[in-house]
Amino acid sequence: MQQAIVISGFGGQGTLFAGMVLAYAGMDHGKHVTWIPSYGPEMRGGTANATVIVRDEEIGSPVVRYPDAAVVLNNPSMEKYEPLIKAGGVLVANISLVSAPSHRPDITCVPVPASDVATQLGDVRVANMVALGALAKATKILPVEAIVQALQDHLPERKRYLLEPNRQAVQEGAQIAERGEWASQRISE
Amino acid sequence: MKQQWEERVVYQRPRALASVSTGYCPGCTHGLIHKLIAEAIDDLGIQETTIAVAPVGCALFLTDYLEVDGVMAAHGRAPAMATGIKRVEPDKVVFTYQGDGDLASIGMAEIVWAAARGENITVFFVNNAIYGMTGGQMAPTSLPGQITTSSPRGRDVETMGMPVRMAELLAGLPGAAYVVRRSVYDARTIKAARQAIRTAFRVQMEGVGFALVEFLSSCPTNWRLNPAQALEWIKEDMEPYYPLGDYKVSDIAKQLQ
Amino acid sequence: MAKELLVGNVAIAEAAIRAGVEAFFGYPITPQTELLEHMAGRMPELGRVFLQAESEVAAINMVYGAACAGARVMTSSSGPGISLMQEGLSYIAISEVPVVVVDVMRGGPGLGNIQPAQGDYNQVTKTAGHGDSRSIVLAPSSVQEAADLTGLAFDLAEKYRTIVIVAGDGMIGQMMEPAELPPMKSLPATRPDWAVTGAKGRLKNVITSVFLDAEVMEAINWRLKAKLDRIQAEEVRCELTLVDDAEILIVAFGSAARITKTAIREAREQGIRAGMLRPITLLPFPSTAIEELLDRVQTVLVVEMNTGQMVDDVRLAVQGRAPVHLYGRPGGSVPVPDEILDVIMSLRA
Ligand SMILES: Cc1ncc(C[n+]2csc(CCOP(=O)(O)OP(=O)(O)O)c2C)c(N)n1
Repeated sequence: MQQAIVISGFGGQGTLFAGMVLAYAGMDHGKHVTWIPSYGPEMRGGTANATVIVRDEEIGSPVVRYPDAAVVLNNPSMEKYEPLIKAGGVLVANISLVSAPSHRPDITCVPVPASDVATQLGDVRVANMVALGALAKATKILPVEAIVQALQDHLPERKRYLLEPNRQAVQEGAQIAERGEWASQRISE
Repeated sequence: MKQQWEERVVYQRPRALASVSTGYCPGCTHGLIHKLIAEAIDDLGIQETTIAVAPVGCALFLTDYLEVDGVMAAHGRAPAMATGIKRVEPDKVVFTYQGDGDLASIGMAEIVWAAARGENITVFFVNNAIYGMTGGQMAPTSLPGQITTSSPRGRDVETMGMPVRMAELLAGLPGAAYVVRRSVYDARTIKAARQAIRTAFRVQMEGVGFALVEFLSSCPTNWRLNPAQALEWIKEDMEPYYPLGDYKVSDIAKQLQ
Repeated sequence: MAKELLVGNVAIAEAAIRAGVEAFFGYPITPQTELLEHMAGRMPELGRVFLQAESEVAAINMVYGAACAGARVMTSSSGPGISLMQEGLSYIAISEVPVVVVDVMRGGPGLGNIQPAQGDYNQVTKTAGHGDSRSIVLAPSSVQEAADLTGLAFDLAEKYRTIVIVAGDGMIGQMMEPAELPPMKSLPATRPDWAVTGAKGRLKNVITSVFLDAEVMEAINWRLKAKLDRIQAEEVRCELTLVDDAEILIVAFGSAARITKTAIREAREQGIRAGMLRPITLLPFPSTAIEELLDRVQTVLVVEMNTGQMVDDVRLAVQGRAPVHLYGRPGGSVPVPDEILDVIMSLRA
């Protein structure tokens, strides 16, 4: 089994880091993983995305044309990746910032007001973790606890103080996904 | 009747100077500068710890002429190579020996940065205002109007700019601890050069920083002068543009003079 | 040792440290920079030498100097910097001092871009600067292998007293994968007897590259060639994937190879007998290994991230015994498995 996930947003939204957390969680869970970044022209302000592959056997290509799931944190990312998601795949959209609706009936859309939830949690920078929690829940790629554990084990020392908000963000995101609110509030209207 | 002989040595070849004849032209002062360096190596007792970095230029066989470990660098890169050696062998005495084309033209970046870093090496810079080895082309240090094979109408400062004064330029860098200009055209200047070489080595040995001695040197062959005229030319033509003197002597370096 | 999630560039740097590298000289360039940055932090911590040079020209000559002094030394760069290092590489080659150079290839020519590419293949395999000399070239295709080959690079450099180039690309350099690093080796206690360290209690050592006598120079050239022949005989490495029954043989290295691996898996699912030979040593090139597969193989496909460079070496190995096709993606464009699969399908038709 292989799942290829793209996490995309503005530089500074922590998409690369979210990808790393996912990769750590996969690795610690005994899976093969790859993480590969792709920057826009600017590190900040441009779009920055990471592709993470989680697979039971050895991974060949770390890049894919059609991901199994995408986390889009802003409009340009939505425009770029929503059309590329494999049929039957999952789209996690940060509806705090993503305004365009999805026109894909063949994928599962998970709208998450990630930036708003993060702001409520006290730090808008954890929006990436809200979205990651939702992704884990919706795709079942890994247990949500594995994500939390990865944060605990791999958050760098100087970011330790952000552990609690990050942990909460993952849980909150997972709950939103679980409540299945997207069933009623599809972003494809 | 039995003759009594007593041997008294008044002069002998420095131990650090190899017992071979050099390939230099008659009247060229490269050989003399080699000898002064070899004497300093003997007197400072550093023959077993010195590593010479030869340039590309007439002095490329320096490592044949000195009895010390040595390497030959690519054209202009001697300061970078010396940096590499010194950084992994910090207790050794590492020096480069470079011509003006090597140091002031193709190797300008390397010498400036070695000085800027305060690299703890010694540089002997032989300025003969010409590209000797390749047969007398214009050098970065050729004088205004100087006729060379690549400036047959004389160095045109309108198109080529004025010659570069390296001692002055490098002295302006904070990393430089000792930067002086000397010559070797008579006994007086040779004596001063001799002293400067020792100081330049001692600055390195005491870990004070970058040290450079520039020598105004002769190239009778490419200047189309006889050896005596060539020494005269250094004094009359070169020295006014390149004044001899001390351009940077840090406080610690002063105590090592 | 447990596996860690490592960026390729950092894995190379840390593997070099554990292999006992004593000095690193380099200049920043994407997509290699994490390597230099890791060295900047770690080397001084360990009491070893790190220096950010003023240019790649200076960096390679610092490496040259340190290598002449007998230190285990390396540098790293990407295409534009590797171009500037060609001069130094030539001097190092004739001096026969061991040096490791990492090239994290990016899109070119010119400034190009910072995306992964394999356009430096010819530059690193065909020559070490001007004159007539070559380096050993190793091409990792995973983060683990990048670390492993870095260790091997130092062993080979010292065994043969030669330049070893680890030729990765922006993908290997920038991606993260779990990898296990080797244990820390201790630094050599003494310098080799040929090194310039001061002529204490022995005759002087001189390392030079000027030999005005053509006969002497010719002899040196033949000696270097004999060494290359020995390397060709002893050091070829390649990985074979599903070649036993393969009708279509794909030859690819580095990132292109791991992408191709996925395409081969997909081709097999569709009943196409495709297999791959992945050169791990680009020089010495695994020509004999390719030749040995030609009895069954009907078609050869070369996949590389350039307009066709390794394909020349493959053609020389194949010697007309099978058609050799090329699928190239130059300039920093990275192929995805689907498009390679399409090419495989079209070859079968
Ligand atoms: C890259 C490179 N360019 C050019 C040359 C040719 N070359 C050899 S020596 C030299 C000039 C040397 O002049 P200088 O440094 O003034 O030393 P001199 O011979 O006068 O002592 C030149 C241009 C070279 N060897 N390498």
